[in-house]
Amino acid sequence: MRYAMAMDTRKCVGCGDCVVACQTENDVPIGYCRDWIVEAVQGTYPDTVQMHFKSERCNHCDNTPCVRTCPTGASHVIEGGIVKVTPNECIGCGACIVSCPYNARFVHPEGYIDKCTFCDHRVALGQDTACVAVCPTDALIFGDLDDAKSPVSIALKNNEWYVLAPEAGTKPQLYFLK
Amino acid sequence: MTEELFVSGRHIEHIDPYLNLWGGPIAIYLFLGGLAAAILIFANFFFLMGKADKYPMTAKVSTLIPPVIISFGLILLVYDLHHKLYFWQLLLNFRIESPMSWGAWTLTFIMIPAILWPLIYMRDIIDYLSERNPACRLLGLLNWIDKMANKFGIVRFFIGLAKTYQKPMAYITIVLSLILGVYTGILLSAFNARPLWNTAILGPLFLTSGVSTGAALLMWMSKNHDEKRLFSKLDLILISVEIFLIIHLFMGMKAGPLVQYDTAMLFLGGPYTSIFWVGVMGLGLVFPAILEILELNHYKIPSWLPALFILSGGLAFRYIMVYAGQFSSYNIL
Ligand code: SF4
Ligand code: SF4
Repeated sequence: MRYAMAMDTRKCVGCGDCVVACQTENDVPIGYCRDWIVEAVQGTYPDTVQMHFKSERCNHCDNTPCVRTCPTGASHVIEGGIVKVTPNECIGCGACIVSCPYNARFVHPEGYIDKCTFCDHRVALGQDTACVAVCPTDALIFGDLDDAKSPVSIALKNNEWYVLAPEAGTKPQLYFLK
Repeated sequence: MTEELFVSGRHIEHIDPYLNLWGGPIAIYLFLGGLAAAILIFANFFFLMGKADKYPMTAKVSTLIPPVIISFGLILLVYDLHHKLYFWQLLLNFRIESPMSWGAWTLTFIMIPAILWPLIYMRDIIDYLSERNPACRLLGLLNWIDKMANKFGIVRFFIGLAKTYQKPMAYITIVLSLILGVYTGILLSAFNARPLWNTAILGPLFLTSGVSTGAALLMWMSKNHDEKRLFSKLDLILISVEIFLIIHLFMGMKAGPLVQYDTAMLFLGGPYTSIFWVGVMGLGLVFPAILEILELNHYKIPSWLPALFILSGGLAFRYIMVYAGQFSSYNIL
C-alpha cells in the first residue's frame, strides 16, 4: 500500500475549503494549519499573466528526512507510507521541522510537533481525507498508488504532473496535475 | 517570473515567512560544545605528552571548565525544547541516523571523564590557584568539593580508578572530544533541506573553529610565557585552516547546483554579506590573527585582546550559521 494525493492545479479555485475542513476535522488550534493554499502568478503585466492555485500539505515523502533526524522515534512512518508524530514521544526539538524542505510541520501550542496525517483515522475506515471529501471542484484526489484502479493512480496515468522540489531528494507523494 | 503567496492566511510562528525555529540557545550550545571539546583535547594531549607538570594551567586547571559549560549546554538544549517535560525520551532512545540523538549521548558520556579529570587534580588545582591568588573566591568552593569527594568512598574509588587508568582514559576522552567537536557541525550538516548546512565541510569547519576558540581561551588564561606563545602559534595555524575552510565552503557552493549557488549568494552580495565578512571574517579571524602575529614578534599586546575577538567571533559565526542556514532553502514552487 502506498497512499498518495494528486492535486489538480487546473481545477483549484483557491476557495480554501480544504484548509477549513482540515482545521475542523483535526481540531487544529486557531492560527495554525496543516494544509494551505498557494497562489502562483507567472509573467509580468501587461504581458501574458497566468495564475494558478495549489493546495499544499505534508508530502508524506518516501524518503523522509523528518523521520531520519528525529532523535526519539516520535516521527515515524505507518502503513501506507503515512508520516506521523507520536505526541508523548516528541520532545519538541524541532529537528524534523528544520529537516522538512516544504515547511510542512509546526510546533503545536502544547509543545509537540504537528502536521498533516493524511487523515489516517478516516483512511483506516475506507474514507477519503477531510480535504479531499470537501473539495467542491474535485481538485483533490486521494488513493493507493499500488492499486492501479484507485483514483490517484488513474489521475497520474492520464495527466501530466510534477512534484515540488524533487531535487531535495525526499520523493514527495503529493502530485500536482498540470 | 513567478510570484507565490499564501492565500489561506498562513502565518505560523517561527515558520513563516521563513524558518527561524532555532536561535540563540542552539548557537550558544554549539559554541560551548566546541569550546569544551577543545579544552579537553588540549588537557588530555598535554597529559599524554608528559607535560602536565610543565603546563599545569592547560593540563589541570582548565579542566574545571568543561564540566561546567557542558552542563550549561545541556540545560540550554533542554530549555530550547518545546515539549520540555518529555526530554527524558532523548535518553530512552538512541537513533543512529539522528545527529540530535548522537549529540545528547556524546554530551552525556563525555561528562564522565570531564568530571573525573578535575577531581583527579583537585589538590594541584587548589595549590596552583592559592599560590597565585589566595583571595580567589573559587577556592572555597573547590575546597568544599575536595572535602566532599574525599568523604564518600564511592567517589574516592572512582577517582582512584581514573588515576590507575589515566592513560587509556585520556585516549578515550580525546576521541570523545573529537566526536563532540565534529558533532557541533554535523548536527547542522545532516539537514538536507537547508543548503547552507548540507555540506560535509561543516563538521571539520566547526571542529577547527571550536579548537581555535579553546586555544584562544587557554592563551588568555595561561600565566606561563611559553604556554601563551605556544597557544598563540597554534591559534594562528587554526585560524588559517578555518579561513581556508570557509573560503572552500563558499567556493564549493558557488560551483554547486542552483540551491547552493543561491545560498552562497546570501553571503556574496546578499543579506549576510557585511555581517559575515566584517563581523566573523574580519573581526573574528583576520584581526586577532594580525594581533597575534604582532604579539609573537614581541610587540606588547595583552593576550586577552585577540582571545576576546576570537571567542566572540566564534560565537558570532555560530549565530550566523544557525540563522542563515534556516533562511536558505529549496525553491518549492
Ligand atoms: S513533506 Fe516534510 S514533513 Fe512531510 S514527509 Fe516530507 S519531509 Fe516529512
Ligand atoms: S520535534 Fe519531536 S518529532 Fe520532531 S524530531 Fe524532535 S522529537 Fe522528533
